[in-house]
This record gives sequence, structure tokens and C-alpha cells, in this order.
Amino acid sequence: MNYVLSIVTLAGINMIAVLGLSIFTGFTGLFSFGHAALVGIGAYASAILTYYYFVPFPIALVAGMAASALVSLVIGIPTLRARLRSDYFAIAILGFGEALRVILENLEITNGARGLPGIEPFTTLPIVAGCLAVSVWVASNFLRSRYGAACIAVREDPVAAEMAGINLFRTRLLSLVVSAAFCGLSGGLLAHFLSFIQPVMFTLVQSTALLAAVIAGGMGSITGPLIASFIFIAMPEALRVAQMWRLVAYGLVLVLIMLFRPQGLMGYQELTTFFRRSRNDRPAA
Amino acid sequence: MTGPLLEVKDLTKTFGGIRAVDGLSFAVAPGAITGIIGPNGAGKTTVFNLVTGVYRPDAGSIDFEGRSLLGIRPDQIVGAGIARTFQNIRLFNRRTCLENVLTPLLQKAPYSVPAALLRTPGVRRMDRELREKSRFLLAEMGLEKLADVQASALPYGLQRKLEIARALAMEPRLLLLDEPAAGMNPEESRALSALIEEIRERFNQTILLIEHHMDVVMRVCSHIVVMNFGALLAEGPPEKVRTDEKVLQAYLGKEYRNA
Ligand SMILES: Nc1ncnc2c1ncn2[C@@H]1O[C@H](COP(=O)(O)OP(=O)(O)O)[C@@H](O)[C@H]1O
Ligand SMILES: [Mg+2]
Repeated sequence: MNYVLSIVTLAGINMIAVLGLSIFTGFTGLFSFGHAALVGIGAYASAILTYYYFVPFPIALVAGMAASALVSLVIGIPTLRARLRSDYFAIAILGFGEALRVILENLEITNGARGLPGIEPFTTLPIVAGCLAVSVWVASNFLRSRYGAACIAVREDPVAAEMAGINLFRTRLLSLVVSAAFCGLSGGLLAHFLSFIQPVMFTLVQSTALLAAVIAGGMGSITGPLIASFIFIAMPEALRVAQMWRLVAYGLVLVLIMLFRPQGLMGYQELTTFFRRSRNDRPAA
Repeated sequence: MTGPLLEVKDLTKTFGGIRAVDGLSFAVAPGAITGIIGPNGAGKTTVFNLVTGVYRPDAGSIDFEGRSLLGIRPDQIVGAGIARTFQNIRLFNRRTCLENVLTPLLQKAPYSVPAALLRTPGVRRMDRELREKSRFLLAEMGLEKLADVQASALPYGLQRKLEIARALAMEPRLLLLDEPAAGMNPEESRALSALIEEIRERFNQTILLIEHHMDVVMRVCSHIVVMNFGALLAEGPPEKVRTDEKVLQAYLGKEYRNA
């Protein structure tokens, strides 16, 4: 595949995971340093299905989403119960991310630390574009619904949210499961794009990169994190700089955003809102 | 003959060494506006936090419509028919006025997660109807023009009104208002008194009101509970409470005696 197209495809795949994390962190206000592990679950689950069992690709993708969602439930149910504390979950998913790497490195079916080569390259740019479009549509439906309103209320003020009839635990858990499903999809697409996956691809470094895109893009925005994610993937590639300088460039972008737009690229806004504003119908104050 | 809507008995809550609420008992009659007054730190807000399940009481009972509220979650208590506002305003700050009111309304919309993800026609219709209803509630509070303004951008007094609108969206049978006139000048607090009375009549609403503005309390309440150091100091109709010797000493002070 053409080099530019492959970068765009990779960015699109990453955007789906960032979209998922943005629901959990940007809209529900909960932090996670382990969402890359949920991408990893989707990647391994779907790759194992097509590699060993010749399951059709679309079914494998859905199975990867389900696997991620299920794993997130297992982590979330015991840790999201505390009414006014969310740090239990943050610590648990961080630990899970590291544990997962060790497990994947020691299983036979995953081919250990050497990774799983020769996965069928089913993922194409049109497939990624389609998945991304549907994901954005579904995510914005979710956020406009009663469930999304509950997530945002929990982020804004958990006590007031309870007084609005919202069950904190159920809302946080649902947000986690939905975000995990997106990450699972991203993982499935990634595995069948690269044809090769390895446990080190889904650790704290990648989790931090996902979180950085959400924060830099703007908490509580869909479009902001998607733009940030695209920039983070495309820019270092476009600059074609050496590996070490990529990290520097990445850090520089983050610092610049935090300096000039501490609320993130889009703040709590959507790209569409900016267009509407510029057409001069600001709400009367 | 109906029993009290809310009945609190021997309620006690301590924080460290402080007895914030200390063996308090009182009842709220249906359809009435009951006031809770008392000096700062008397434990009034803590009573609201105990009734709504934000804190668990150390001892005592809380019964709403004859059923105990102990041991159930705040969102379940609210679902049972109690809504409140906060002394230190707690709005969904980065959402619009409309969304603040819409959020509790949406929680009763009976659609599933899959339907929400696909935004089915049924979901669209329900959301549209609830938006209309939110606009109606905003209009009741005189906030209809501010529907699309972010809640945090409102001046203080309007934020308090928005909190009342959000609480009414819960369609409660008991409404708890924690110092709704705080920070208002005499004219504004008079207007608020009228509004509270109107809410009682229009929505046939039972109200429990914490308030420092004595003109508001004496005007709208038919029954007043006076708290001091977490305990009941006196209770009764306004005429009786305002002349009670203990109340005058502990709280209302000399100016009020001569007023
Ligand atoms: N969460 C809390 N932690 C510790 N002390 C508290 C807490 N909430 C209230 N208190 C204390 O309980 C007492 C009663 O407070 P509060 O109910 O807010 O009084 P009021 O509303 O009558 O002014 C005060 O001494 C206050 O400091
Ligand atoms: Mg108080």
C-alpha cells in the first residue's frame, strides 16, 4: 500500500480507540492509563479467531469488541462501585495493562513475546473509513441520549447527578463498556492491518498516548480528540524524523497545546459549533 | 386523614467529634411549606444530606410516605419522589440551561442502550418531547430566553432558579430547597417568596425550605422547625416561633423582638 495511505489508515484506526477513550475520560470524567490493553484484547481476540479458526473478518472484529467489553466489565464491576472515588479503577486498569503483557508473553496461542506474525491483512482504508464513520455516528448518538447525558452529569458533579436520579455505578460502567468496545474494534482493525501484533504494542506507553490525544484534543469533545489523534500519528511520520526526534516533536506539540489552549484544541466544543459560531449566531447572553 | 409525608425520628449524625445533627425529630405535612431555620452550623444542610442519602445517619429513622429511606442509594431516594437544591449551587456547569433541566427528565425515558446507540425514531421522538418539557419548566422559572446559555454563565440568582427548575424536572412529591434566597437583595427575595408559593400551588408541591431571610420564612411557611446545635429548639406556626423566648435568644435576636 502507498505510504501516505497507510499512515492515514493507521491514524484512522487510532482515532477509533481515541474516540472510545474520549467517551470515558472526556465525557464521563474518569481517567484510564490502561485503555491500550483493551485495544490489545480486541487485537489478540480477533487475530486468534482469523489466524487459527478462519473465522470471517467481520465476525472476528465483533468478537474482538465483545472480548474488550467483557474484560472491561470484569475490571469495572469491582472498582467503579465507590460512590465518590474513581482512583480504584485507575489503579486497577493500570495494573491490568501490565499484567496483560506478561500473560500474552507467556501464552502459547499468542506466540509469546515474539508476537503473532502472518495475520491476514484484511484491513483496508475504505474499511477503516467506514468503521470510523459508523463509530463517530454511534458515539454521538450515545452522547445525545439519556445515557450520554448521565455520563456528562457524572463528570460535571457526581452528587448533583445522583440528585438528578442517576445511578453513578451503572453510568460509569456503561461508559467503560462502550469505550472498551470501540477500543476492541480499533485493536481488531490494527491486527489485520499490520499483520503482526506483539504484547509490547499495548502497554502504558500506548495508553498514555491515547490519553494525551483526548486531553490535548479537548475533554468533552468528539472532534477535538480525533483531530489531535490524527496530528499525533501523522505529524511525526510526515516529518520523517528519527525515532528519538519523533518523541521530542510529540512532547513539543503537547506542551504548546497546554500553553496556548489548556482546555485542549476544541475545549468542550465540537468543530460544528465553531462553524455555527462563525456564521454569527452566538447565543444571546 | 393522611400521615406526614416525611417523618424524621431521633436523627443523629456526627462528623469526628461534632454532633451535626443530634436526636432530631420532626414531620412534614403533605401540601404544606415547612421551614427549617437556625444559626449557621446548626445542622440544617446536614438534615438534607441525610434525607437524600448523601450521608448515612448514625442513628434514627427517616420515613417518606411511610417507607424507610435508610440504606437505599441517593438516586433511588430521588426516584422515590424527593428532589433538592444545594446551598452551594451544584449545576452541571458546562451544560446549557436546557440540558441541566433535560438531564433528569431524560433519566425516565424508557429506551434501551441499543436503541440509544442507533438513535431510533422512538428515541428521537422521546428526546424531542422531553426537550419541549424542559423548555416549559424553564419558562415556569422565567428562564426560557436563556435555554441555550451555559449554566455557569448565569448570575447567582438565576443559577438558583435553574436549580429549582432542575429539581422540579424530577417531578418530586417533596421538594427540599436549601437557602434559595441566599445572596439576594430584599426585593429579589420577595419575588422568590412569591415564586415558591406559586410552585406550591401550580405543582401541588410539598416543600421543605431552609432559609435565613426571615421575611421569606415568615411569609411562606405554615410550620417552622428551629434547630440549634443539631437539635430541635422549637417548632410550630410562624406566630408562635417568632415570639418563642428560646428562639429569640438563640437566633432571631433583639432586633426581631421589636420588629
Ligand atoms: N462533610 C462534613 N464533614 C465534616 N463536618 C461537616 C460536614 N458537613 C457538615 N459538617 C459540620 O456539621 C455542622 C453542621 O453543618 P451544616 O449542616 O452545614 O449547618 P447549617 O446548614 O445549619 O449551616 C457544622 O459544624 C459543619 O462544619
Ligand atoms: Mg447550610
